[in-house]
Amino acid sequence: MSAHLPVLQVLVPLLAAPVCALLRSARAAAALAVLASWTTLAVALALLGEVKSAGVVSYAIGGWVPPIGIEYRVDMVNAWVLVIVGTIASVVSPYMVVSVSSEVERRRIPLFYAAYLLCLTGLLGIAVTGDVFNVFVFLEISSLSAYALIAMGTRRRALTAAFRYLVMGSVGATFIVIGIGLLYVMTGSLNMADLAVLLPEVWDSRTVKVAYGFLGVGFCLKLALFPLHLWLPNAYAYAPSAVTAFMASTATKVAVYMLLRFFLTIFGAPFSFGTMALDRLLLPLALVAIVSMSMVAVLQVDVKRLLAYSSVAQIGYVVLGLSLASVTGLTATLLHLFNHALMKGALFMAMGCVVYRIGSVHIDAMAGLGRRMPWTMAAFVVGGLSLVGVPLTVGFVSKWYLILGAIERGWWPVAVVVLLASLLALVYVWRVVETAYMRPYEGDGRAVEAPPGLLLPTWVLAAASIYFGVFAKSTVATAEQAARVLMSGVGS
Amino acid sequence: MRDDFIVRVGARIVTPFIVTFALYVHFHGDFGPGGGFQAGVILAAAFALLALVYGLEAVQRVLPPWFVRGCAALGVLIFAGVGVVTMLLGHSYLGYNALAHDPKHGQHYGILLVELGVLVTVFGVMTTIFYLFAGRAGRGE
Repeated sequence: MSAHLPVLQVLVPLLAAPVCALLRSARAAAALAVLASWTTLAVALALLGEVKSAGVVSYAIGGWVPPIGIEYRVDMVNAWVLVIVGTIASVVSPYMVVSVSSEVERRRIPLFYAAYLLCLTGLLGIAVTGDVFNVFVFLEISSLSAYALIAMGTRRRALTAAFRYLVMGSVGATFIVIGIGLLYVMTGSLNMADLAVLLPEVWDSRTVKVAYGFLGVGFCLKLALFPLHLWLPNAYAYAPSAVTAFMASTATKVAVYMLLRFFLTIFGAPFSFGTMALDRLLLPLALVAIVSMSMVAVLQVDVKRLLAYSSVAQIGYVVLGLSLASVTGLTATLLHLFNHALMKGALFMAMGCVVYRIGSVHIDAMAGLGRRMPWTMAAFVVGGLSLVGVPLTVGFVSKWYLILGAIERGWWPVAVVVLLASLLALVYVWRVVETAYMRPYEGDGRAVEAPPGLLLPTWVLAAASIYFGVFAKSTVATAEQAARVLMSGVGS
Repeated sequence: MRDDFIVRVGARIVTPFIVTFALYVHFHGDFGPGGGFQAGVILAAAFALLALVYGLEAVQRVLPPWFVRGCAALGVLIFAGVGVVTMLLGHSYLGYNALAHDPKHGQHYGILLVELGVLVTVFGVMTTIFYLFAGRAGRGE
């Protein structure tokens, strides 16, 4: 079966989703969703191992040879992204079981799991495929199911948040498909590796540059880069807790992967950084995102919204790494995809625990929770420290490489901005910590420690964000290898 | 429209032809324009017509909402299942050549089965959407 690994990566959740929709029992659907999530992680790890030992893995769907048929192609970069998505799915899915039973209507729960599995299918599909049109198809699968997942939030505003995301997301997807169409017109191919070979011949044509522009806007909408981020805060704030934790740690990460794959593998680093000046375009946007969104986060009173704005700022860090246009910068980008998934996952899951007990994440409602829910809030503190970038946490590792990359290019002011923004992160994390630990508890007896079904997954991510901060060697090595693959273009 | 004799009889006469046409579009899909998606929509349209003429309840007695929802999921399973079968037969995912001795026939059966999955899902989803919109008037859900 090992030859079929690339397709199994997508097939397992794709098969589990309709079965969940057919099941009447919420418990059976939950068990199936958890099982499917764990299987995807196992497949992703097996793929990463195979890529490390044997190089690029290619799979021809339907037996049609690559440039003609759809190819699934896994190298270091997407093996890494698959592991990120698989890890988060397998940690969040058991959490989902407890959290969703209190937040989603009982008869809708099997359908909820079906939507979750479809979203997972889409995200994994984007990462695994080597065909640009297939990317668009999986993008739509993941986005449509994401809209449905967000709309299942408890508050009515979840519906408007989901609708706004639907409008923005559809605009983004349309831009992407127009870009893909233009590429197809110019080259007659949809295969990524094939496109990378054919495109240099037509680099000078305006059509290719326009395609680049369309794709860029589409990806930036999907990954919520600063001026195009407006859909994100409400979508994250009003979605069910488990969905927020899952989406915040995977959806934007996969969008970043798409950007890297298209701009560095298909168009190639020389075209992106040379002709199109991608680095000079993204640098100011990234810096503005980091500073302004951290400042907006400081002003929020809803802690889930606060974390959502912080996510937009963190995407700034990710894009900043790309705009450094070097292996070190890209290493930081790829590392931060994983590291941010760990810490934001832990933070949103801690907030899910709070919602489970007191039904609100308003900052005033959290007064005194440090003593009432010690483990939950401790996980929040760990995630918060990592967000700030304190040594011995994953946040430190990614910022270290970012600053290293900035200094490498001689961009001292960028390094200073990164450090200053960390202080802003300290401010917004501290506001929550102060309220939770320094103020007395005022509510009724509802605020007791969250059940182990919620705490355990939260702490798995919190612990991982310390573990991979201390023992960063393996993640850094993998990210660096992936960064080299991206910078060197095709064939490696 | 239940009292309108011509519309009632007309709908009765037309419906079998619509269903037959849906099947034609499905089975002719690999030689000409058409395929599972179009066939699914046409099939759903046949039942939408009946619901408009005879009322939603009458159609839902024949096609209960849980059944059409099940169809939506079942179609995906048929599609993905064909791929699994070809994989178990030692070919790659959706490698239709595995389905018959002659690869040409294999491709033929394979595409028909996969499109059948598409037909079932599209029929299920279209009818579910129609039910939801048509049902809003009475129940306000």
